[in-house]
Amino acid sequence: MSEAVSALAGARGSGLVELADAGVTGMITLRGDLPLLGGALESVLGLGLPGQRQVVTGQRGQVLWMSPDELLIVLPYAEAPGVAAALSAALGDAFATVAVVSDARALITVTGAQARDVLAKLMPVDFADFPVASVRRTRAAQVAAALWRESETEWKLVCFRSVASYVFEALATVAQPGGEVGLYR
Amino acid sequence: MSHRLGTGGRLIDRARPMDFTFNGKTMRGYAGDTLAAALLGAGQVLVGRSFKYHRPRGIMASGAEEPNALVGLGEGQRYEPNQRVTTTELFPGLKASSQNHWPSLEFDVGAINAKLWRFFPAGFYYKTFIAPRPFWKHLYEPIIRRSAGLGRAPDAETHDADRYEQIYAFCDVLVAGGGIAGLKAAREAADAGKRVILVEQTAHFGGRAVVDGLEVEGQGAEAWVAAQLAALSSMPGVTVLSRTMVSGVYDHGYALAYQRIADHTPGAEKPRHRLWRIRAGQIVSATGAIERPLSFAGNDLPGVMLASAVRDYVVNWAVSPGKSVAVVTNNDDAYRTALALHAVGIKVPAVIDARREATGDLPARVRAAGIRVIEDAAIRHVEGGKAVTGVALCRFNSDGGAVIETLSCDALAMSGGWSPVVHLWSHCGGKLLWNEAGAFFRPDPARPPLGADGKGFVTCVGAANGELGNEGEAPMLPVWLMPAQASYDLRAKAWLDPQNDVKVSDVQLAAQEGYASVEHTKRYTTLGMATDQGKLSNINGLAILSDALGQPIPQTGTTTFRPPYTPISLGAIAGEARGGIFQPLRKTPIYDWHAARGAHWEPVGYWRRPYCYPKAGETHAQAVSREINQTRKAVGILDASTLGKLVVKGPDAGRFLDMLYTNVMSTLKVGKCRYGLMCNENGFLSDDGVVARLSEDTWLCHTTSGGADRIHAWMEDWLQCEWWDWKVHVVNLTEQFAQIAVVGPKARALLEKLGGDMDLSAAAFPFMDWKEGHLGDIPARIFRISFSGELSYEVAVPAGQGLALWERLMEAGAEFGVAPYGTEALHVMRAEKGFIMIGDETDGTVIPQDLGLGWAISKKKADFLGKRGMEREAMVSADRWQLVGLETLDGSVLPDGALAPLPGKNDNGQQETQGRVTSTYFSPTLGKGIAMGLLHKGPARMGEVVQFQNASGGTVAARVVDPCFYDKAGEKQNV
Repeated sequence: MSEAVSALAGARGSGLVELADAGVTGMITLRGDLPLLGGALESVLGLGLPGQRQVVTGQRGQVLWMSPDELLIVLPYAEAPGVAAALSAALGDAFATVAVVSDARALITVTGAQARDVLAKLMPVDFADFPVASVRRTRAAQVAAALWRESETEWKLVCFRSVASYVFEALATVAQPGGEVGLYR
Repeated sequence: MSHRLGTGGRLIDRARPMDFTFNGKTMRGYAGDTLAAALLGAGQVLVGRSFKYHRPRGIMASGAEEPNALVGLGEGQRYEPNQRVTTTELFPGLKASSQNHWPSLEFDVGAINAKLWRFFPAGFYYKTFIAPRPFWKHLYEPIIRRSAGLGRAPDAETHDADRYEQIYAFCDVLVAGGGIAGLKAAREAADAGKRVILVEQTAHFGGRAVVDGLEVEGQGAEAWVAAQLAALSSMPGVTVLSRTMVSGVYDHGYALAYQRIADHTPGAEKPRHRLWRIRAGQIVSATGAIERPLSFAGNDLPGVMLASAVRDYVVNWAVSPGKSVAVVTNNDDAYRTALALHAVGIKVPAVIDARREATGDLPARVRAAGIRVIEDAAIRHVEGGKAVTGVALCRFNSDGGAVIETLSCDALAMSGGWSPVVHLWSHCGGKLLWNEAGAFFRPDPARPPLGADGKGFVTCVGAANGELGNEGEAPMLPVWLMPAQASYDLRAKAWLDPQNDVKVSDVQLAAQEGYASVEHTKRYTTLGMATDQGKLSNINGLAILSDALGQPIPQTGTTTFRPPYTPISLGAIAGEARGGIFQPLRKTPIYDWHAARGAHWEPVGYWRRPYCYPKAGETHAQAVSREINQTRKAVGILDASTLGKLVVKGPDAGRFLDMLYTNVMSTLKVGKCRYGLMCNENGFLSDDGVVARLSEDTWLCHTTSGGADRIHAWMEDWLQCEWWDWKVHVVNLTEQFAQIAVVGPKARALLEKLGGDMDLSAAAFPFMDWKEGHLGDIPARIFRISFSGELSYEVAVPAGQGLALWERLMEAGAEFGVAPYGTEALHVMRAEKGFIMIGDETDGTVIPQDLGLGWAISKKKADFLGKRGMEREAMVSADRWQLVGLETLDGSVLPDGALAPLPGKNDNGQQETQGRVTSTYFSPTLGKGIAMGLLHKGPARMGEVVQFQNASGGTVAARVVDPCFYDKAGEKQNV
C-alpha cells in the first residue's frame, strides 16, 4: 500500500517559535456562490459558512473563507476524496466547483508567543487585527500563502507543495534566536 | 589638538575602556563613544582625504550629516567601505582604516592635485575628456572609473558574514525622530489611543535639548525625556525603537525604517540590520535641523567643525577638538558652544560674529564669562596645513584685503545658522517655503505630500518644521560667503562641499558658463553628490548659485530629496533572501530522488528539472544520447510534474475554451484528449498543450511548465474583466498531481506490470484517450499522449504518491531496461518528431500558421482570441518566415539561433537575413545534427540548400527538409 507523503516529510524546527510539518492534510477547494456552498457544507459536514476572513471549526474539520466565491475545507487526509464526492453530489447541477487539493499544498504549524513577530518578518499582515479563528490570504516572503490562527499561540500556514522547503527554511531563518522583535506583545 | 577631558561625558562609561585601531594604530576610547568621539579623544584629527584634491580632512560634524570622516570598517567578511565615524558606535576591537589616500594618510601623493587646483575647475572632466570622441570609451572612462569612488569595494570573493531581515509593521502614527518634538508627538498620539511607532536614528533620545541642557515643561530635558520614554514604553500599542532611521517615505503612508541592531556588537548572534516596512496612517517628521557651515577660505581644514558638533563632543563624550577653540558665527546659538567649552576649561580666544553687533542674552553670558566677542568680523582665512593653527580675521563687509587680527587656536567652531531636515516631508512631494528671517527652507503646510484620500500624510514638528531659535535670541544674519565680498583667491579656497571638493568659485563658474538649474549645477560641479548628498553643502551652494544668477534663493529652489536619507545596507534590502532562499526553488515530488542520482539541473521558471542523469564518466551529451536510445528502444520515464494543470469547469466552460484555444474544445468527447494552441489578441502563439475533457462540464487544460501561472492569470483576466457573466471556474491543480511520462515501445508492458483496474490494451485505450483508475493501489489518471513519437502514457497521481509511483516504475522497469530521462532528451525527441516548443519556435512574434499549425486553427468558429490579429495584412503575407527542418550537408549541428544571411544591408545598416535556427540538436536516433528554423517562404523551398552563419564567422550549408525527421507516419506512437 502506498502511503501519501507530505512535502516536508515531518520536518521540525525550533527557535523563536516552534515549526512543524503538519503532515498530510485533507484539503478541498470549493468555488461558487457562498450561500450555495454553505448549504452543501451544512448537509455534508455540519459546518456553518464562515464570514469574511473567518474560520469555522467543527467535529469533522474546518472551513476557511478564501474569497467572495471560494472556501477551503481542511480535514483528515483520507476523508478528502469521499467528502469531495459527497459535496459534488450535494451541489448537483448547480454552478459550483469542488476540487481535492490536499496534495497540492504543504501545511506548517507555527507555535509560540513570538509567532506574530516571526510571521510579520515574511508576511505583510497586520497581526494586531488577527483574532483566533480568522484567516488571511497573503504571501510568505516571495510566494503565495494563507495563514490562520488556531489559538493565541498556534498558527497554520499553507503554501504550495513545490515551495514548502523554501517557506520552511525562510521561517526557520527569521526565527533564529537573536531576532527577537517585541513588536507584538 | 583634540583630546579627552578629565571629567564629564554624559554618554560614556569611563569604567569600560575599549581599544580599537585606526590605520593599524591602537587607540583607546570608552563604552558609549562614537568612533568619531573616540578618534578625537585619542587625538586623531586627520581622518581622511578628499575626493578630488586629496586634501586632508577631519571630522566636521557629530551625526548623519558628516561629509568627511568616512572609513573602511572591519575586515574580511565584515569589511565595509564609507562608514561614517560619527554614526558608528565604538566596540572593542573595532578596526578602521582611512580612505582615498596613497601611499599613506599623512603623506598622500594625490594631494599634489591641490597645488594644481586651478587646473581642476568645475566640469573639468566634461571639458577635458570630451574629444576625441572614441577616446572616451577606451581611454578616459576606464581611467576615471579607476580613480572614482571613495572607499574600496569589498573583495569579490568574500561573503557578508552577517544576517539581515525585514519586518512588516502597521501603525496609526509613525514618528521619525526621538528629540523633544518627536517624543511630544508620540506621547500625544499614544494618549489619544493611537498605535504609534517612534524611531530615533541614534542610540539616545532627546536630540539637542539634552546636550544644550534646555528645560522642557518646567523640567530638565534629560529628566523629561526619561519620563516620556518610560511612559511610552509601558503603553500598549506603542513601539519605541532606537538606532532606527526612517530612510524613506513613499506613496500612501509607506515608509522604510532601517534598524541597526548589531552594528555595535559585531559577531553577536543577531540580525545585523532589520528593515521595517511600515504602513502608517500619518507620518510625523521630527527630524530636527542641521547646522550649516560657513564659507571662508580654508574652512575644510581638519579642526574646523560645526559649532553644535563641538558642543556634542564636549557634553556627550567629554572630548574637546582643541586646547584653544575659536568660534565663528552669524547667530546667537553658537555662543552656547563658547559657553560649553568655557565650562570645561577650554580656552575660547574669541567669538567672531559677522553681525554688526551681538546683543542677545547668549552673547551677554559669553561676555560675562570673560570671552572676547569680535563683532562685524569674518574669518579671512584659516591658517595651518593638516590642522588649524590659527585664524586671520577681517571685516565682514570687505573683500578680505586687510587682516585686522590673527588669532592663535587649534580648532574652530563655525555656525552659519540651521536648516530644517525636510527630507521625509519632501520624499513624496511635500513642498517648501523660504523663510527669510532664518534663511532656510521649511515645509509649506499648505502643500504636503498627499495620500490616497487627497489629504496630507506627513506632518513636520519642531525644528524640522522650522521652529528654530529660542526666546531671547537675536536675529541671525544670512552669511553665504565670508567675508561678504571675498576676492577670487579666497573664494577658490572656500569649500562648499568638502566631500566632493566643490568650492564657492566652482559654483560661480558653473553659473557663468550658463548653468541656471540647480539640478544641472549639481551634476556639473558634483555639489551635494555621493554619500552625504549635500546635507551640509546644499543650501550654501544654492545660495551662491542664486547670487551668481542674480535671483532670490527660492527661485533657484532645491535639488530633489530622494530616499534613502542616509545610505542603508544592501543586506537590509535583501533581507532573508540569500543563499538557499535567495528565491523560491520549486521542487517536484520526485526532486529528492533526482538529486540523489546526481541529476544535472535545468531551471524552468522557479522549477529545477533534471536536464539529464549523467552516470559516472559520462558527459552530459553522452547521458542525453543514452537516455534517448534507451527510451526509443525500450522505455524511459520523465518527471513531467511541472506541466500546468488547470481545471476549467462550469456551464460556459466549453464556450470559454473555444475562445481561448484556436481550435474547438467544446466538441471534445468525454474521455478524449486534444492538442490545442492559445494565442494572444495579436494572434501570436502564447502557449500549447493537451486538453482532456473530464466530464460534461469539466475540462483539464495542460499548459507548458513555465506557462501555468501565466495562463491561469490569463484565464482569470478574461473571466473577471471581460466575460464576468460567464459561468466558469478555473482551479489551478498543477501541484495536486505528480505527472510521469512513461515512454517507449515497452511503456505498456511496464504499466501493465504495475497492475491495477484499467485495461491498457491498444484496443481498449487508444491514442489520445484518457482513463481514470488505479495503477496498483495508487489512484491514477492516465493520458495516452505522446511528445516523443513513441508509445507513451502520461500518468497523473496525487503528488504525495508521485515518488512511490516513480520508484515502482524504476523497479518494475528494470527488466525492460528503463531509464529516467531529462529535459534535454525530451527536447531532442520532440525535435526529431518536428514538434514545436513554446519559447524555441515561438518568440512572441510567431503565429501558428508560421509553424505549419494551420490545421489547429478553426475555420468555423466565429471568434477566438487572436483570430482578428492573424488576419492582419502582415500576418497573411506570403513573405513570412515559416517553419522548416534543416539538415546540414556535413551532418554537423547548427549553432542555436544562427541566422541565414543574405547579401546587402537593411535600412539600419544591418546584414540582411532570410531566416534563423530555432531548435538544433545532435540526434542520436539519426546519428547527425538536426534542426528546425524559420525561413523566408520556407515550406516552398524544400530541398534547397541555404547557408547559415557558424560560430567562427563562416557559414555552414543546410538543406531545407520536412521538420519531422522521425516516423512521419506516426506508426510508433500508435501501437
